[in-house]
Amino acid sequence: MEIQKTALYNYHKNLGAKFVPFAGYEMPIQYKDGIVKEHISTRTHAGFFDVSHMGQFFLEGDETLIESLEKIIPADLKNLKINHSKYSFLLNNEGGIIDDLIITRTEKGFCIILNAACKENDIKQISQFLKDNHKHLLNNDLSLIALQGPKSVEILDKLIPGVANLKFMAGNNFDYDGEKLYVTRSGYTGEDGFEISISNKKVEKFIDYLISNEVKPIGLGARDTLRLEAGLCLYGHDLNEKINPVEANLKWAIAKKRREVGGFNGWETIKNLLAKGSEKIRVGIKPDGKVIARENTKIFSSENNEIGFVTSGTFGPSVNAPVAMGYVKSEFSEIGTPIQLEVRGKKYGGKISELPFYKKSYVK
Amino acid sequence: MSEKKFSKKHEWVSLDGDLATVGITKHATEMLGDIVFVEVPDAGKAVEKEGQAAVVESTKAASDVYSPISGEITEGNKAIADDPGSVNTDPEGASWFFKLKIKDKGEYDSLMSKDEYDKFCKENPS
Repeated sequence: MEIQKTALYNYHKNLGAKFVPFAGYEMPIQYKDGIVKEHISTRTHAGFFDVSHMGQFFLEGDETLIESLEKIIPADLKNLKINHSKYSFLLNNEGGIIDDLIITRTEKGFCIILNAACKENDIKQISQFLKDNHKHLLNNDLSLIALQGPKSVEILDKLIPGVANLKFMAGNNFDYDGEKLYVTRSGYTGEDGFEISISNKKVEKFIDYLISNEVKPIGLGARDTLRLEAGLCLYGHDLNEKINPVEANLKWAIAKKRREVGGFNGWETIKNLLAKGSEKIRVGIKPDGKVIARENTKIFSSENNEIGFVTSGTFGPSVNAPVAMGYVKSEFSEIGTPIQLEVRGKKYGGKISELPFYKKSYVK
Repeated sequence: MSEKKFSKKHEWVSLDGDLATVGITKHATEMLGDIVFVEVPDAGKAVEKEGQAAVVESTKAASDVYSPISGEITEGNKAIADDPGSVNTDPEGASWFFKLKIKDKGEYDSLMSKDEYDKFCKENPS
């Protein structure tokens, strides 16, 4: 498969981006400032992220569209109001997570933001449940920009008046430079911020404005440290098709009504696990010292029994310490439980920690 | 203290009698990015030329640091283990990694000069 580029590829290049292949795209991992500075400037001012590699999947249809989608998505789509969004997943028959996503109710149907690496398969999986009168489109003419950080609202509202009135996980259409764009108050850093869906033709001009307001470009490197500090999962690492939402400690994202009534893929399994608990569960992990427990690090109990593994681990610049997430046997999941992390053949102490590591500042 | 010599794995060595000081080059730190963890060897450890001797981690990944020269470690720089970020600011000065008593000065002589190393980096960008 040919490597793909987002509409901003040359723009990133001019900003001094270092690129890496990611999910079939050539994406910036960092810019000149480096990951730590990019991370800190997002937390203290504002940063922008080109997330145009993610799928913007639009669906249109009558009431039967909701029934179709609810077979594979365990959110309460019937009661989702227009311009409101939910974090949810696509589930397989065993309750495993095919992808995690944000779904927004639009006037004509829904928009689903899909992970880049999963989007083609996601669409296949969703399509199985669609009827002939349901229209769908993966819109590649749109870029997606995340603007994150405490100054985001002030900066964006100056350009697009009204966005300041949006609440977390809500969106709307706005006018910009003679075009419509769709803005939601959301993101994946733990900061207040927005995601802006904008045509590829206008995106450079929009970024020019952000940069003139000292918004820094942020690469995938800092995106990873920011989301991990915020305790948010990265698909393909913390989540996969063999892990279900109960194990992933994401049962909050399954609507209460739907837990009871079911009617979605994997409901039997999930209902069972909700009642009796899962064998393993996703937890936060804090190494005691400076050692970084990266993905696949084995986790041992204080009695030296292997109890789990790390799925994401890095240094958290705002926490100023290493942070990690992983799966442990449920009996070891209590906050504060001492554990050992095997790094380069040596065992280092650590503890099960609360998530997030860094307090979220969403505007609700 | 002798002039600094350089390895293809981006370490530098300076020599004072039979005592060598080893660190990673500025070029290496620029490739690694923000350094957030360092593990240095304990005194008494024997290291081989091009053998793994220390660990350096950036926000992105962990990398081994090799000794460009054989010998016995006399000291690991605890200051950089306590403050890994200092490796980014002064990699070829205060933020050396370890000192070792060398066995064969020939190994030092065979390393690259500053000019040769700069040329090597230009020809092998990564």
